[in-house]
Amino acid sequence: MNNKDKKQLLKGNYAIAQAAIEAGCQSYFGYPITPQSEIGEYLSTKMPELNRAFVASESEVAAINMLLGAGATGVKAMTSSSSCAVSLMQEGLSFIAGDEIPCVLVSVMRAGPGLGYIYPSQGDYFQTTKGGGNGDYKIVTFAPASVQECVDLTYKSFYVSQKYRTPVCLLADGMLGQMMEPAVVGSYPYEEIDQSDWALDGAKGRAPRHIASIERDQETLRKRVEKLFEKYNRILENENIFEKYEIESAKLVITAFGSIARIAKAAVKKARKNGLKVGLFRPIMLNPFPEKIVAEIAQKVDCILDIELNCGQMLQDIKASIAGAANIPIKFYGRPAGVMMTVEEIYKQIENVYKEIVEKKYGTACI
Amino acid sequence: MEQLVYKKPDSIRDDFKITFCPGCDHGVAVRLVAEVLDELGVRENTIGIASVGCSVFSYDFFNIDIVEAAHGRSLAVATGVKRSKPDKVVFTYQGDGDLASIGIAETIHAMTRGEKVTAICINNTTYGMTGGQAGPTTLIGQVTTTTTKGRNPELSGFPLKISEILKEVDGTAYVARVTLDSPQAIMNAKRCIKKAFEAQLKGLGTGFVEILATCPTNWKMTPQEAHARVRGEMSEVFKPGVYKDKVSEVI
Repeated sequence: MNNKDKKQLLKGNYAIAQAAIEAGCQSYFGYPITPQSEIGEYLSTKMPELNRAFVASESEVAAINMLLGAGATGVKAMTSSSSCAVSLMQEGLSFIAGDEIPCVLVSVMRAGPGLGYIYPSQGDYFQTTKGGGNGDYKIVTFAPASVQECVDLTYKSFYVSQKYRTPVCLLADGMLGQMMEPAVVGSYPYEEIDQSDWALDGAKGRAPRHIASIERDQETLRKRVEKLFEKYNRILENENIFEKYEIESAKLVITAFGSIARIAKAAVKKARKNGLKVGLFRPIMLNPFPEKIVAEIAQKVDCILDIELNCGQMLQDIKASIAGAANIPIKFYGRPAGVMMTVEEIYKQIENVYKEIVEKKYGTACI
Repeated sequence: MEQLVYKKPDSIRDDFKITFCPGCDHGVAVRLVAEVLDELGVRENTIGIASVGCSVFSYDFFNIDIVEAAHGRSLAVATGVKRSKPDKVVFTYQGDGDLASIGIAETIHAMTRGEKVTAICINNTTYGMTGGQAGPTTLIGQVTTTTTKGRNPELSGFPLKISEILKEVDGTAYVARVTLDSPQAIMNAKRCIKKAFEAQLKGLGTGFVEILATCPTNWKMTPQEAHARVRGEMSEVFKPGVYKDKVSEVI
């Protein structure tokens, strides 16, 4: 049995890099930044061994545009970076989205703004899902909560990017990038998607192709952007993944994504043990956001408590999803600067909100 | 008997729509690149990079696969293409604002890595597409829409000498600066462009040609006056010539 099929003690960053190799990533471009530098370090040795491309780019601006060029040839291509450096990639991401070029961006968040520090923040939810690039577009986003999910979602990111010809972001954080836990890398589980009907490979025996975001004809440009958004709807319909935990009988539902959702889940388990009717909803695909599912959950519960390692970013999507669907209080507990929460701290928040909203409504009999 | 003396290169589209102003040198430069692609027999194996500026609509006239780059990023995009498909012929067609101002980092580092690509740079001492603002190569004293009293080095610095810089970069295999102001100059420019592609095809490194080109519209000159300017003050500051040639060394 190959090592990759065994459970290994793996660091998140290495898990992502190994999954990229297994997924058949042909080209990697990147510039060092903590807390994701191990991805580039690993691939700098492994890619040339496999006769694949590794370029240590001069900047993230260059890396994202190398990614654009690689993706335009139809190969699986990836870059990885973090926070302030992903900021430098926003122009390129807008072009890549407009060009409908498949590729994968791994974003391992650190605390901001600016340089901030290497703490495991979730402060770049807006950066990833709302984008800093110009124009109407979305970056499809998956957020892992474990090293195993770093592997699985790297695979899914490559698949979705190639199937729908769209840039996909794997949004991890410094905790996931740096921590070690058992995971199986395995093999790329998806079918290969033929890219030969659009990719650039030299106009041999066919009409030349061009890939460009510029479009002088206004009506054509309008249709092109509308087509992008039809695609995002299809992606939400076909590729959405999430975790629901103890939702059915819940009066209070916690919403959280990524690493903090794991800690929140432990707090939910404790609450259930103590008789509180609490559940957890963890969106794994963050963009397009699963608004309908959040609205349906909101219609069945008395309160939502959103927990994030930031000052309330996904919270805006939670609120927008519930607006008009349910009239319930939406509470928030968050922290910037990557200051992790303990299970106890989250449990305390759950208990407080539960007392304030649920017990007020039903009395302690609800417990 | 009829004799064919002039023919559109195959590397120019049958339905080409030249988007450049009348009298501008871009049309000649594009044709020379197309002729070289034809003569090297690589048209069907080539991927071009269209840059922001007057050449952004390259796919309207080049009969080859083309991907657009954001402003200044052509040589990064070219790197991504070439590293992913090393058997393809890859070239950029850029202006001086694109290659030497906003894209100078991408330019120098692609060439420092010795990327096996070819870069053609049109140096017309101004930002043409946006209406004639001062750029990295604007000459001292040159009047533009952002140097209305002439470029004053105290306020806006000096013109950047691209070929002189790039010849010092270890990864370049061919560096030349040419003009298009006479039939002889055009023939010479074509030879240089061919060399810049051969540098790539032979795997020697990056091939680069800087073309001193006219912008009659923004210079507010006739095409003849504009060519006289290229021969005169432009060639005095930006001296034409072959700055580096590892291709001939190999031959």
